[in-house]
Amino acid sequence: MHELSIVMNIIDIATEQVQQAHARKVDSIELEIGTMAGVEMDALDFSWSAAVQNTVLSNAERVVDRVPAIARCGNCGLEFRVSEPFMPCPTCDNVLVEYLQGKELRVKSLVVS
Amino acid sequence: MCATCGCDQPGGVTITRINTEEGEFRPVSNHGLVTAHHHHHHGEQELSSEKRRIDLQQDILSKNDTQAGHNRHHFEAGHILAINLVSSPGSGKTSLLERTLTDLKDQYKSYVIEGDQQTLNDANRIAATGCEVVQINTGKGCHLDADMIHRSIHQLDPQDGSVVFIENVGNLVCPAMFDLGEQARVAIISVTEGDDKPLKYPDMFESSQLCIINKIDLLPYVNFSIDKAKEYALKVNPRLSFIELSATRGEGMDRWYEWLKKEYKAIGSRKEVAVGV
Repeated sequence: MHELSIVMNIIDIATEQVQQAHARKVDSIELEIGTMAGVEMDALDFSWSAAVQNTVLSNAERVVDRVPAIARCGNCGLEFRVSEPFMPCPTCDNVLVEYLQGKELRVKSLVVS
Repeated sequence: MCATCGCDQPGGVTITRINTEEGEFRPVSNHGLVTAHHHHHHGEQELSSEKRRIDLQQDILSKNDTQAGHNRHHFEAGHILAINLVSSPGSGKTSLLERTLTDLKDQYKSYVIEGDQQTLNDANRIAATGCEVVQINTGKGCHLDADMIHRSIHQLDPQDGSVVFIENVGNLVCPAMFDLGEQARVAIISVTEGDDKPLKYPDMFESSQLCIINKIDLLPYVNFSIDKAKEYALKVNPRLSFIELSATRGEGMDRWYEWLKKEYKAIGSRKEVAVGV
């Protein structure tokens, strides 16, 4: 359940932003979470509902952009969509691939008031 | 509120320095690791209720990564080799450490940071070898983070040129995401587990440099294929190295010591790079 730690970090970031903006609360928060970021969305939901109570995020709308994983083959250079974790290159079966996106774990934006 | 577990109770995370000389522990901090308390300021300043959008693009774990960077710099500046040992519970991390610390007593000055949810049992086992150790009890937390390591380093104050072993909480999932500032991450599996573990828990194997396959003395009694385990692990991390050993019988330990020696020597070159920047 490292998702709880992730939610606690999001709360810290949001609290800091609200204070800096001299606002009271977060109306909405946009997160970017790649499909290879190692985050279970069910666990995140569960942690979220428990952890945001009595924080600036308690009534915030949460929008999650799931970033699909795209990798580049280290052998033939093909860029391909990763449909299952750690899949090899679909043309040459090489496993040495570089992930171009899909590991994002970011707070993209907030609306505060 | 406790930063790690979200509880309102005190004592979420504790760090305990084990006194090796008297064989007893003395707690040095109770809730010492909590840094991220959430303070709510009500009505003390001019608050605007106007809606504003803030474009942030901030990594959620940036605080941990920044602290891990500080830890790494501290280790490299002191020519200290820091190894993060990760595995499921029961793979033999503590036994591996006990034997390693005893065998290498004369070669390296070593320190251990023990991570467990509860108890001082592992730290007491390590202290019995004469090695200096702190125990981090994470309470409900399922992994160590860079801030806990930072605070533990201040407790231990490892001398220059030493080796710091960090035994992470037994968990093959969560510790993978948290950089502690270590120079190398070592994943341990034992032959009493399934050989498909690297496929089931790929993140840990992807983020490690070395995979130790422990308890090989039990191979005749279990249905574990070393070849398959390696094949699966290489699928998620083609650069992973392997060492097969038995921490209780001693077989293969020399290869582990060779690997440590190589890593230890590599710190010198890393340090020069760090100074040169």
